[in-house]
Amino acid sequence: MALNTSDADAAVVARGVVKRYGDVEALAGVDLTVPTGTVLALLGPNGAGKTTMVKVLTTLITPDAGEVRVAGVDVLAEPQEVRRRIGVSGQYAAVDEYLTGFENLDMIGRLYHLGRRRAKERARELLEVFRLTDAADRPSKTYSGGMRRRLDLAGAIVAAPPVLFLDEPTTGLDPRSRLDMWDLLRDLVREGTTLLLTTQYLEEADTLADDIVVIDHGRAIAHGTADQLKSQVGGDRVEVEVADHAQVGAARAVLARAAGGEVGDDGGRRLTVPVAGGATAMVEIVRALDDAGVQLLDVGLRRPTLDDVFLTLTGASS
Amino acid sequence: MTSIASRPATAPRPGSQAPAPSGGASALLDGFVVARRNMIKVRRVPELLFGTLISPIMFIVLFRYVFGGAIGGLPPGVSYAEFLIPGIFVQTVVFGATITGSGLAEDMQKGIIDRFRSLPMSRMAVLIGRTTSDLLTNVLVVIIMSVTGLLVGWRINSSFLEAVAGFALLLLFAYAISWVMALVGLLMRSPEAFQQISFLVIFPLTFVGNIFVPSDTLPNVVRIVAEWNPVSTLASSAREFFGNTGGLQPSGSFPVENPVLYTLLWVVILLAVFVPLSTRQFARTTSR
Repeated sequence: MALNTSDADAAVVARGVVKRYGDVEALAGVDLTVPTGTVLALLGPNGAGKTTMVKVLTTLITPDAGEVRVAGVDVLAEPQEVRRRIGVSGQYAAVDEYLTGFENLDMIGRLYHLGRRRAKERARELLEVFRLTDAADRPSKTYSGGMRRRLDLAGAIVAAPPVLFLDEPTTGLDPRSRLDMWDLLRDLVREGTTLLLTTQYLEEADTLADDIVVIDHGRAIAHGTADQLKSQVGGDRVEVEVADHAQVGAARAVLARAAGGEVGDDGGRRLTVPVAGGATAMVEIVRALDDAGVQLLDVGLRRPTLDDVFLTLTGASS
Repeated sequence: MTSIASRPATAPRPGSQAPAPSGGASALLDGFVVARRNMIKVRRVPELLFGTLISPIMFIVLFRYVFGGAIGGLPPGVSYAEFLIPGIFVQTVVFGATITGSGLAEDMQKGIIDRFRSLPMSRMAVLIGRTTSDLLTNVLVVIIMSVTGLLVGWRINSSFLEAVAGFALLLLFAYAISWVMALVGLLMRSPEAFQQISFLVIFPLTFVGNIFVPSDTLPNVVRIVAEWNPVSTLASSAREFFGNTGGLQPSGSFPVENPVLYTLLWVVILLAVFVPLSTRQFARTTSR
């Protein structure tokens, strides 16, 4: 597939990317587009091809087929030009554990050819913004997981790259550090950085990303906003838990009559039914159950989560 | 909060860094940055250097005092200490060169190589930096060993310039071996695997030779291998440069008669083959 003109101003464009390792197709023709200034989450289980895709986009591996442009530059033709315009942070925090935080950032700045003085200034500034000033002169070996990730992210943005690639930026972090990292990423995006991140966490994709590409077995199996993907697996459902097991049959009849859809159950006292009217429908159902004398333990309106999307999509394709 | 990406004071404008220095200059400048990083590690983890320094001292003392009395066939007027020490120099700098491979394998395992490869730095910088810092380590090792050697009876019986040439050849050969080890290290992907393989190569290379015993004491086939082994000719060259041969002019095969020339030939061949091979491997390598 050729790159068309509407892709011209996108920060990342990949078309038909294929990467084989022997007989295994790690990537089997992946397309994706990240418009400038937006966030794309590459979502998929372990071994889906997320990391391979990031390595192709960041010049680390050469694909067997396909076209890739990053920040307007052809990745295959001019990898060194691409490297000057991107920041990369890998799945394992790629900081040198024997170097201090300052030394790590200073080294990266020098290797981006910022010059000796600017590399030092930039290192100090980033340490401050990432709240690592107190730890600046300690070897990063002594850092906590969250601090190491912050340092790694700081390393990726030393040259203030317009496009940032993060491979599972919060894997292995505790919840507090994860929220912290999300805040930092939101700030970067607000300031105009285009971000492509991979994640296994649906919540992360839901919170951060404008667009999500679900990838499995080297293929992009779905693409859209979080809401679009959720609507693909169906609308809202009302879920009720009946207090008395003897009333399950009666409740099922009421639900079928009131909502008109197929009633599902978990084999116990919990029943679900698809509804069109959201909260209004739920109120009607509760009223109808009450009229029928069915005692409820719990009732709720359940919207599909990205988990549902993910499990439905990856389950179907495997 | 403070802006992260683009505080105007210091943040470079996207893609606006100073134009990358041209090929050779960039390789050296970036290589220097990487070498400095490696030397910081040597300073922070002195145990590593300690091991590298202690084992040659141990070898010197063990061989000098345990085997010294039993080893014969030495040139007349040459003590075993005089014969042994230049050989130990060779063994140690060659072992020292293996750090290049284990260092690269470790960097690959930890993902640092991916970081370097995603930066707009020279493609050769990591290898140049690595081999340079390992050369510096070897300089330190040679100094410590010389002092130890002098303490156990080794003497330099030549001119100052000859002695300098001797040390220079030792370090040059080790530098060439570093590039061989770079390729092996990049292919290995784990420092442990590299350690195993490099021992299998380095042990025969340093023992089937004249480091510990004169090669004319060896059985015929082994002797021929030992004579053509560049590690032997390096040891012979060192003994010549340091004046540890008892003034004897060796005769026999080409490498025996021209050890310095033969060793330099190997240095040129090793560099000509392994600098491009290692560089190519680096460009395609990536941690899994």
